[in-house]
Amino acid sequence: MNCDVSEKGAAVLIEVKEERLDAHNSSEFKSQMLSLFEDGKNNLVIDLKGVRFVDSSGLGALVSGFKNATARNGNLKLCGLQPQVKSMFELTRLHRVFEIFPGAEEALASF
Amino acid sequence: MQEKVEIDIRVPNKTRYLRLIGRIGENMAKALEKYGGDREELAYHINLVLTESIANAMLHGNKEDPEKEVHISISLHCGSLNIKVFDQGAGFDMDSLTGPRLDDLDEHGRGIFIIRSLMDKVCYRRLEDGNVLEMVKFLPEEALNNGTISE
Repeated sequence: MNCDVSEKGAAVLIEVKEERLDAHNSSEFKSQMLSLFEDGKNNLVIDLKGVRFVDSSGLGALVSGFKNATARNGNLKLCGLQPQVKSMFELTRLHRVFEIFPGAEEALASF
Repeated sequence: MQEKVEIDIRVPNKTRYLRLIGRIGENMAKALEKYGGDREELAYHINLVLTESIANAMLHGNKEDPEKEVHISISLHCGSLNIKVFDQGAGFDMDSLTGPRLDDLDEHGRGIFIIRSLMDKVCYRRLEDGNVLEMVKFLPEEALNNGTISE
């Protein structure tokens, strides 16, 4: 699963470079986040501005990442959600679980 | 004269094909000439419902068996969208897949919830050589009066 990972001070920024986050690539995404946690990086910002489609597997991977981050006293925040993707979070009530920011700058500044 | 559009697809039991079928569903929505509702939203919802139902067929119905197939039928006719997803497996108990427990932050279980939220009728039943998940969405009638699908 294509993404750019960069350290930005207090948090690591993951820019997802896939149009779809779905049952085909969500397991790989989970593993990528897990590697970061195992390296001691517990604060993540996931930038979804390039993602136009997320399914329940994609949501599940993000929930998994969030649980892993908070279990390690860190946090996982989201930014750049396209309108239809944001609607998915609202439909499944996950917009109350994640902190969601318009852009990476705001998300990173919140750490 | 009301036009009827039907698309019938068979793919190997591999998740790499989710993108293709999702895109086909989106394009059907966008091809509707006189749909009066939010076309982008309908396109996304069809993409989503297809993705969720086919992923379930591949992973739960067909138990990830690469030798199996998934057969999808999409039909747009007289104000309703009818989607059928056929798997070749022993079936799974859809009712046992309960909704997501928000407090426990379940990582799984949202797929069926999403399908039931977006479609008006959902039914999973056993056939002779597999199972079918049938989903129906009623599209606003005024949107489809004299509606035609371009090609």
